[in-house]
Amino acid sequence: MASFSTTATVEDPRIALGDGGILPPTRGGGGDDSGPGLPDYATRLRRARLGLLVALTPVLMLFVSFTSAYIVRQGLPTLDPRTNTLVRDWIPVTLPKLLINTGVLILSSVFIELARRQIKGQAALRPNTAHPRVSAGDPMRIPWLSMTLVLGLTFLLGQWTAWRQLAANGFYVATTPSSSFVYLLTGTHAIHLMGGVLALFVAGIASLLGRSAATRSIVVDLTAWYWHFMAALWIYILCLLEFAS
Amino acid sequence: MATHEFAAQESHAHAAPQGFVRKWVFSLDHKVIGLQYYFLALAAVFVGMFLSLLMRIHLIWPTLPLPLLGDIKPETYLTLVTMHGTIMVFFVLTTAPQGGFGNYFLPIQIGAPDMAFPVLNMLSFWTTLLGFIVMIAAFFVAGGAPLHGWTGYAPLSAMQSTGPGEGLGADLWIISIAIFCIGALMGALNFITTTLDMRAKGMTMMRLPLTVWAWFVTAILGLLAFGVLLSAGILLLMDRNLGTSFFVPLVTINGQLTGHKGGSPLLWQHLFWFFGHPEVYIAILPAMGMCSQLLSVFSRKPIFGYKAMVYAILGIGFLGFMVWGHHMFMSGMSPYTAFAFSIMTMGIGVPSAIKTFNWLGTLMRGRIRFTSPMLFAIGFVSLFVSGGISGPFLAQPVLDIQLHDTYFVPAHFHLIMGVASIFGIFAATYYWFPKMFGRMMNESMARWHFWFSFIGTYAIFMPMHYLGMAGMPRRYSQLTEVTYLHGLIPLQKFITYAAFVTIAGQLIFLVNLFWSMFKGKQASDNPWEATTLEWTTATPPPHDNFGGHTPVVHNGPYEYNVPGAPRDYVMQSDPEIGPAH
Repeated sequence: MASFSTTATVEDPRIALGDGGILPPTRGGGGDDSGPGLPDYATRLRRARLGLLVALTPVLMLFVSFTSAYIVRQGLPTLDPRTNTLVRDWIPVTLPKLLINTGVLILSSVFIELARRQIKGQAALRPNTAHPRVSAGDPMRIPWLSMTLVLGLTFLLGQWTAWRQLAANGFYVATTPSSSFVYLLTGTHAIHLMGGVLALFVAGIASLLGRSAATRSIVVDLTAWYWHFMAALWIYILCLLEFAS
Repeated sequence: MATHEFAAQESHAHAAPQGFVRKWVFSLDHKVIGLQYYFLALAAVFVGMFLSLLMRIHLIWPTLPLPLLGDIKPETYLTLVTMHGTIMVFFVLTTAPQGGFGNYFLPIQIGAPDMAFPVLNMLSFWTTLLGFIVMIAAFFVAGGAPLHGWTGYAPLSAMQSTGPGEGLGADLWIISIAIFCIGALMGALNFITTTLDMRAKGMTMMRLPLTVWAWFVTAILGLLAFGVLLSAGILLLMDRNLGTSFFVPLVTINGQLTGHKGGSPLLWQHLFWFFGHPEVYIAILPAMGMCSQLLSVFSRKPIFGYKAMVYAILGIGFLGFMVWGHHMFMSGMSPYTAFAFSIMTMGIGVPSAIKTFNWLGTLMRGRIRFTSPMLFAIGFVSLFVSGGISGPFLAQPVLDIQLHDTYFVPAHFHLIMGVASIFGIFAATYYWFPKMFGRMMNESMARWHFWFSFIGTYAIFMPMHYLGMAGMPRRYSQLTEVTYLHGLIPLQKFITYAAFVTIAGQLIFLVNLFWSMFKGKQASDNPWEATTLEWTTATPPPHDNFGGHTPVVHNGPYEYNVPGAPRDYVMQSDPEIGPAH
């Protein structure tokens, strides 16, 4: 009889396919160790993570080129038609206080990591809960996912408030190139974070849609890594706007 | 009879669809999606070709009213130039070789049942189609389609009041390209993940067909390049609609200040060409892969220098990101910067030459079968060399400044990027048609099509080099009134007549394509006696590609004329024959 331990990981291809049981070896990668079989949990997770890694590359390129434009535009003079001299039109924007909002996003990143680990453990153990020594987890588990969702929405609300403060201070999108970049960078980041919020919704209702624990786990895993990326990206944007202006 | 080793039953990720809509419209099957991309590109190429025909007619008969357009004003001519270039580059040269053939054959050639993310694959096609519809819609809005060229140079493209077509039409143009970028990125994601993670047992990276290598590297280029174009498009839309000044300096239109100031048109050029030069390789690399494949198959020889070919593809991909500045020698860049870009550009000649020599080495002493796919593959090599040889001329800033705004440049890029890539598409069509549709294409019509296309292409584009060297500027709608160019008008007329004949030749292809789908001779599973995995499966391939099995790979992709083998080729899934000979 197979023995189980609480240290079992879902990366182990022997563990599970969704809610199913033991599977044949995984396929893929072209190496001699690969073989045929249904894509099991580990294979799906590996493939999905690889896909996410690839998908984040163009997002990174998007912000790299925005940064490039930011640096170039910052150094450009413009002609003053009244004096016929070259002057700078880059007026540094005083950013609203974003420390609390940043803290909210970082905390949400911690929460989603806890959610990821929680669901991962459940997915690993679920097929084996029939075994008397295996439990599917703490029935009083903390709803980390929902808490992340709340914090994510709070962050977006905070961004909206920050934009309103900017506008109240007279900085609109076209006021000065620096304000254009503030709206551009924070707005693009917010749109990407909305994608993460959408993924959290999907993960949240996955069980209602009849998805397996493994599928939910994969969705949460990907969302978590995406969310961490968004948090890191936000810190980068904040540093760029604070220190490179 | 070949003995193909198959592994045990493997279930497909999704069941075979039932019903017309799920099977042919919203299909998750990579083969159907590949065909959808192919026919989208086919529709686009005829739109693009029609626009080029209108340009050619107007150039030699400038007072002749054109169908649908009436009298042609200079700005209308620029609209034709813009839309021809945009449609051809994005919706033909990027769409057919990668989205079409790549989607259809990459999973089969690596022994996978489908792409890694079938739903994403379907979305990538529908996104691309939406982009095409938005692009075409630009013709029908107030002011018509934009006139800023396919490169969309600011400030012309960055303000609504710079000309007819620069209002809503230009917005639609930018939005269309942004949509296209998103579709292309979804496709690239699938290509990379599938290649890295779904290869069959034994299909090591160094056993991949060169077609797969080309699609894989092209996807990486797309992944890095389209995000940058997307960012540039977002900035451009903001300049146009929100009053920002990323690309627009202090300018006046009709004596009135526009409200913009401080922006840099060169910033647009840098961002655009950081995408734009890799785009050249996005168009040509798949054709290179197809050409390598076909030259080996129809020479009945292993590809000459497989590893060198792989490294050359990687080298071209890498260097492709280092040379964007050679499109901007006219911008007044520092001579030192220009020198660096010049050296890097000429450096691309090295991997390109490696590929060319290896193609010739493959042909040398081969038992060549001059089938229609082979003719187009040889035609590709010819065009690649003819178009490529003018590259080092344009890579030198002093020469480029003389030639840049003349017909020399369209001659160069049409040969190497446009028609060479199109020849790759034709070669691939004739080669894989039997596998895709289960029937052979008519060989006589294919040969007529080849000779019309091959001679016609040279007749159109070789004289353009002379026009350029003689100083005839490009982008001008009519030059019949310019005295110093009078002597070149007959050459322009010759080019237009050649274009008529060449385009008429494409109708042969169209007839052959659709006639052969229904009336062509039944094809066997491996009519070309080729070795790669798509020829081990049924024709056309079943929903899961290998009928419930997964092939196991033992050999390289180009094992032809193997000493001691019972026939002159060894399939990739045949029992192992030892190290590549």
